[in-house]
Amino acid sequence: MKLLECKNVNKRFGRKEVLKNVNLTIPKGKIIGLLGPNGSGKTTLIKLINGLLEPNSGEILVKGEKVGTKSKKIISYLPERSYVDFNMKVKELIKYFSDFYDNFDSDKAYKLLDRLNINADDKLTTMSKGMKEKVGLIMVMSRKADLYILDEPIGGVDPATRDYILDTILTNFNEGASIIISTHLIADIEKILDEVIFIKEGTIYLTGDADKLRTKKGKSIDEIFREEFKC
Amino acid sequence: MKWTFDNDRPIYIQLVEQLKLFIISGILTPGQRLASVRELAMEAKVNPNTMQKALSELEDLKLIYTKRTSGKFVTEDDKLISKYKKALALEKANGYLQDMQKIGFNQTEAINFLKEDRK
Repeated sequence: MKLLECKNVNKRFGRKEVLKNVNLTIPKGKIIGLLGPNGSGKTTLIKLINGLLEPNSGEILVKGEKVGTKSKKIISYLPERSYVDFNMKVKELIKYFSDFYDNFDSDKAYKLLDRLNINADDKLTTMSKGMKEKVGLIMVMSRKADLYILDEPIGGVDPATRDYILDTILTNFNEGASIIISTHLIADIEKILDEVIFIKEGTIYLTGDADKLRTKKGKSIDEIFREEFKC
Repeated sequence: MKWTFDNDRPIYIQLVEQLKLFIISGILTPGQRLASVRELAMEAKVNPNTMQKALSELEDLKLIYTKRTSGKFVTEDDKLISKYKKALALEKANGYLQDMQKIGFNQTEAINFLKEDRK
């Protein structure tokens, strides 16, 4: 069965059309790059899939069912901006997640945090931006989900942190699950992508197998992106 | 094992090349058991699907084989390994001759150049 399907999805904010007739299918067991410049509609699409926004028309199906309580159980979502209360301690955050999600693995979260030498009694407010991003990612990857959606997980962090984040994504996703990673920093992640989706001005511009695209164009995904989206 | 990639060529092809080289050069020895797909993927920092694809290709080339319950192993067929080694050596040698031709050495000159004192 298809994991995720978007059928003729349209979204407007006032008179502005943010997504135009988006059709997409996401299969199981793939890592997919949702690639597009700023303002192309990546985050809006992600919010629709997570049920934080409603489409004006069209349909989004997760495992054949409309977005709702059920789909939220099987999608683990890392938003672009964190929604957690930074006054919490790490252990409170873990408690919060395990209360919320049946599929949250606290042991795994503690193990991953331990590796970063993060103390469970540390408050999030005391942490650097990069460290907060790592904690956020650990929370999301500690769920046994069918679909992980990571909105700009590597934006604004240093290269070492970027490596850590990519490593954590690769080592921790549930087998058989799919991952959608939205970003405009393509060179850093293209090595791990199975498939790419290029989105431009709210329209799906190009989709395909990353290695096949490299063969066809003789270029890296990053170079193809730079060409297609030349300003 | 050290892994490096260019982003402008298919990753799975580069994985095949590098694994082949590990076998030819003896970093992976005949009969050696390979780590799991997932472990190898983590090591190379690539997608497990891509690693799987590369391993299937190596299996088609008979450089590795699968034992149903215990995993994947490097071939014990020394002749086959030498065959691939020779093919790769030929490719490198031809590459050298072509490069030398570009700067004005004919084949004999290029070969003699290797034998001469190159300091």
